[in-house]
Amino acid sequence: MTAPKIVTARVGVAESWTIDTYLRKGGYKGLRKALKMEPAAVTDEVSTANLLGRGGAGFEAGRKWSMLRKAEPVYLVINGDESEPCTFKDHMLLENDPHQIIEGTIICAYAVGAAQAFIYVRGEFALGIERLTAALNEAYEHGAVGRFVFGSGFSLDVVVHPGAGAYICGEETALLESLEGKRGYPRDKPPYFPAVIGLYGQPTVVNNVETVSNLPWIVQKGGKAFAALGEGRSTGTRLFSLSGHVNNPANYEVEMVKTTFHDLIYDDEYGGGIRNGNELKAFIPGGASAPWFGPDQVDMPLDQDGVGKAGSMLGSGSIVVMDDTTCMVRAAWRITRFFHRESCGQCTPCREGGGWLDKVMRRIELGGGRESDLELLLDVCDNIAPGLSWPPQKTTICVLGPSIPSSITSAIKMFRDEFLIHIKDGGCPFD
Amino acid sequence: MTDPVEPGAPANPVINVDGKAIEARPGEMIIAAAERGGVYIPRFCWHPRMKPVGMCRMCLVEVNGPRGMALMPACYVPVSDGQEIVTTSDKVKKAQDGVLEFLLINHPLDCPVCDRGGECPLQDQTFAFGPGESRFVEEKRHWQKPIPINNLVALDRERCIQCARCTRFAEEVAGDPFIDFIGRSDHTEVNTFPGESFESNFSANIVQICPVGALTSTPYRFKARPWDLEVVESTCTACAVGCRMAVQSSQDRLIRHLGIDSEPVNHGWLCDKGRFGYEAVVSEERLTQPLVRKGDELIETSWHEALKTAADGLRRVQELNGSTAVAILGGARLANEDAYAWSKLARTVLGTDNVDCQMGDGLPAEVVLGLPRATIDEVCSADVVLLVAPDIKEELPVFYLRLRAAAIDRKVALVELAPQPTALTEHAVVSLLHRPGEAAAAARKLVSAVLGRKPSSGGGVKGDEIAAAAELLAGKRVVVVLGRPSLAEPADGTTEAAAVLAANIPGLRFLSALRRGNVHGALDMGLAPGVLPGRVSLDDGRAWFQSAWGADLPGRRGLDAHAILAAAATNQVQGLVLIGANPMADFPDRTLARRGLAGVGFTVVVDTFLTDSAIHADVVLPAATYAERPGTTTNMEGRVTRLGQKVTAPGTARPDWMIATELASLLGGDLGFESIDGIATEIERVAPAYAGVNPARLAKRENRDGFVVPLAEPHQEPEPPEVAFPPQESIVDVGDVSDPMESIEVNAAEAQGETLLPRSEPDAGPVGAPESIGDLTASDGSSLAPTIPLISFAGVEPMPAPHAPDAYSLRLVTSRSLYDAGALVQHSESLKPLATVTRIRACARDLSRLAVRPGDLVRVSSSRAALVLEAALDDRVPRGSAVIDFNQPGDGAADLVDVNAQVTDVRIENVKRPSARKASDG
Repeated sequence: MTAPKIVTARVGVAESWTIDTYLRKGGYKGLRKALKMEPAAVTDEVSTANLLGRGGAGFEAGRKWSMLRKAEPVYLVINGDESEPCTFKDHMLLENDPHQIIEGTIICAYAVGAAQAFIYVRGEFALGIERLTAALNEAYEHGAVGRFVFGSGFSLDVVVHPGAGAYICGEETALLESLEGKRGYPRDKPPYFPAVIGLYGQPTVVNNVETVSNLPWIVQKGGKAFAALGEGRSTGTRLFSLSGHVNNPANYEVEMVKTTFHDLIYDDEYGGGIRNGNELKAFIPGGASAPWFGPDQVDMPLDQDGVGKAGSMLGSGSIVVMDDTTCMVRAAWRITRFFHRESCGQCTPCREGGGWLDKVMRRIELGGGRESDLELLLDVCDNIAPGLSWPPQKTTICVLGPSIPSSITSAIKMFRDEFLIHIKDGGCPFD
Repeated sequence: MTDPVEPGAPANPVINVDGKAIEARPGEMIIAAAERGGVYIPRFCWHPRMKPVGMCRMCLVEVNGPRGMALMPACYVPVSDGQEIVTTSDKVKKAQDGVLEFLLINHPLDCPVCDRGGECPLQDQTFAFGPGESRFVEEKRHWQKPIPINNLVALDRERCIQCARCTRFAEEVAGDPFIDFIGRSDHTEVNTFPGESFESNFSANIVQICPVGALTSTPYRFKARPWDLEVVESTCTACAVGCRMAVQSSQDRLIRHLGIDSEPVNHGWLCDKGRFGYEAVVSEERLTQPLVRKGDELIETSWHEALKTAADGLRRVQELNGSTAVAILGGARLANEDAYAWSKLARTVLGTDNVDCQMGDGLPAEVVLGLPRATIDEVCSADVVLLVAPDIKEELPVFYLRLRAAAIDRKVALVELAPQPTALTEHAVVSLLHRPGEAAAAARKLVSAVLGRKPSSGGGVKGDEIAAAAELLAGKRVVVVLGRPSLAEPADGTTEAAAVLAANIPGLRFLSALRRGNVHGALDMGLAPGVLPGRVSLDDGRAWFQSAWGADLPGRRGLDAHAILAAAATNQVQGLVLIGANPMADFPDRTLARRGLAGVGFTVVVDTFLTDSAIHADVVLPAATYAERPGTTTNMEGRVTRLGQKVTAPGTARPDWMIATELASLLGGDLGFESIDGIATEIERVAPAYAGVNPARLAKRENRDGFVVPLAEPHQEPEPPEVAFPPQESIVDVGDVSDPMESIEVNAAEAQGETLLPRSEPDAGPVGAPESIGDLTASDGSSLAPTIPLISFAGVEPMPAPHAPDAYSLRLVTSRSLYDAGALVQHSESLKPLATVTRIRACARDLSRLAVRPGDLVRVSSSRAALVLEAALDDRVPRGSAVIDFNQPGDGAADLVDVNAQVTDVRIENVKRPSARKASDG
């Protein structure tokens, strides 16, 4: 547990969001070093680091940058529209270390040859937007952004764009539509990647706030140093949002693979155990759209591929802990209702299926359930996401639709009896 | 046009659908290729004329991709060679079942009271592909039941399945993005913006393409059940575009029009005027009985009495004043056969060449007929389109959709040469706004720059704009869309501009933008002075037609509409026949029209309504209109298509050709017709440009798009331009319709295959072609129209520039609105309220200079009259000009215009008190 703090080094430092603090703590050194390198060499460092995207899909950042279609101009978009329930890591980075995001953005832009970058921030992050824009002004004044960055031949403009309240705009193609001033509708595929056709039809790199926050460190210490942390494909450290029924819910930056869910939930350094000494009933390993794990899986390491093989995902890095006082029907219903309401409404299975599941789950929780509802729920889930396979079949344009079934299928699979009690008793036993 | 396939070029991709190999077109979507290959994949949001959105997910099929067979939307996955597709597996079936079940859970299932019931894709596909029952027991989503989104369309959001067809049509096709999605998840609704309506000339297309009954048209709501409708395929004659449409009736009454996807013409769209214009046909105000004047009144009478009165009156004029004192105005409402009959009647029985189907609001026949022509497809695939035309969006609406799409897809570069901006200005690369009356001067500067001379300003257009336009035009395939941009000046300026362009830009082609229904057919049939049927001049065709018709033709060229009215005003024209013509409304100078009609001794009106011009007539004969008689029509590009008959004419109204035939007979002549097919056959035989066009060929299903005449021209049937989304099935497939013309026997030789060369037919007419004329004798010995040269436009003498306007005046330009004071709109219950009052528009600087605010009542005075009108701000109007709507209800532009003046200057003064309006009207 002696891994360095890569993205949270300055969190908790007084006035950590100002340029003075940032510079005092070694800020913009990574950028200065990057500017002396060839852009391709910067990309190589990131590839060596094997930095996986921290937004949810976990795609290798270096590979993403290398896939860019050769065309001018190239745009860089930083995704700070963090809206997944119980995910709050980018929120913290935006408020506490905006300069690190800006520095990472500039390094990325330099590597991919973008002269224009956008940082799309969830509109509700009022303080984060305030601090990020203030930091951006400071960075312009400091010469880190704008014409001839630090006197080099590289110029870049960065625009902070607040979102307007739709979860779906965190989906990268919906985000691009939103940036273009349109409804936040995910784009149908093909084209499969914004690297081919992105913002305004141009090749575009879309990276998460946490992803680019790693870049100053990687450039300074080298990709190898980053890759030395963690294991296999899951390198470096990662920021996890731990929430739910733990004693110390918070963001924790830990080394990947070397740390387990158990460490995070129970170590005093992190979650400090379940509240009131209760038993762990289940936990969600990677955000609201991830299938649930039970207590028997708590010793699993925080390994992207391992968790994937076990049938779930690390996703957005959010771990939700539920103790034995939790009604699993209600928990699944709450998550379903979220996805139902946040469906953009384009694809029939997601738009209509989400609403249907929401209504049935509500009926069961409120005591109107029928035994046949369980098979109905599973079949509707299967119609939204046939086979519940991952990556999903293309029944919908984006993955919001196929994410809806996770909580319901997990809850029915793990806690079928609880559903049956709701149905037999005509109400919720936890009330 | 598509490039010829080069040797070595990759062949078309071949895909495998359910084990069947299908040759696809590069880049097309699986759904389209499969359908052409005979495999129908169900769909709601996919539409062949719009971009795919992949929203409904009904078209999920299994496609062999990088991860093996997986469900993918057939509307969004492009074909690739060797692609394997399965559309019938259990997996596909379950996915389609699932989507249909989802679509139905919030659908109200109020099919029994839904207009769409019986022709509803959601019903049909549920029947064919869906689950038998629903497992949904929850409360459905509710919305307020139908809300009007404009005067013509009602929206029921409960029925909506969010396929985005309407929103895409509005944005992509019409360019009127005033209907869109609001909200998200299953509370997504389609709607207009708060407090605003769906303002579009094309609004009801969204009703036709809606795959459920969410959008219904107000005039059709609850009027019929689809299975009770009878249908015939026809062509719209509301304007000269000639959109193909299905005309539907119930109980011998027209009840609906639907657009048919004609690849060369309308792509399935109709404008709202064309779609709802049938209301005028069924109007209670239609003329149903002949009328004759008894003193101050028009009294109903018998056909025999009315025709005899008409014949007697015309004969008396002939005897007293000579044949040149008789004139015929109108004919653009008629079918080609009707127009031909009247043309023949005028020349052979009445002995006059004073015929004009245009109301002084078009262009000389020689210009329309005599310039090298282009088709709509050729316009939309040219390098550059030069618009010398009025606002196409208002006058030829569906052609506007075609041009707009071509401009937006960057297929063509639009250059505009006009006295005022139009709806296409925003899509034009260069817009040359010239001063009113100075089109020719601007054209001359443009040509000079194209020919490499130093660009300079002229006609009010700046030199750098001329330079920009010239650069675009030089060395390119250019087509001119030529119409009459303004009625506040004579046609001469436009004519001269066309002459200048034609004479100096090699290879230039023209597409006529004349607007009136079958004006091109009427011109082709010789309803213009100096023009005989088949686009030949009176002099060139005299010998042939004298022989073919067996009668002497008028000795010299007759008068056009302007000259006829002027001659009538001085009592030189004493007998006037108005066939579907209303000079009081349509002639640009109402003062002259009034004086002309007053000066005529004897007037016969053949019309469908008692118009302002008809009320002073001596005899009024009720005519049958489209859908009440078969025939053919010719559109702006010279495309001849069939009109279908679906209903009986009201009362005793008769087809125009029949009226002409009987009138001829009473005048002692014999037109030699017994049926409309007989006329069509005669046209084919004697009218040179129509050689090879006959009812039997037009009746064949593969010829439903008609033929562009003359058939022999080498630019016939160009390859269709490349479209991003290749044409699919017609939106409306009329299927095997029962139609009188369908029964015509097709001879065996024709069934062998189509040739585009003129061909001979057995001599069916009364007169054989004399052997001395021409050299075309077909192998079977029958005769064919000889090689008479078709009319060509010789150019004109340049006119002097108009005088400079005085400092107090604005120079007038007219514009038109789709909804006007014309008979079709005014007698269509649903369209009439859409016609607005006449307003006069000018830019802010001119208005403020005149101390006028938008909305003020102003006195507008010209040399002819003074009117009180509402002033409106329009900053697109060039400084020094004022734009006025032509032919809106009430006093208007025609009262201000003097057709003898080179330009119309008006003074605009504020009327201080709005209440003074009535007093000052007097």
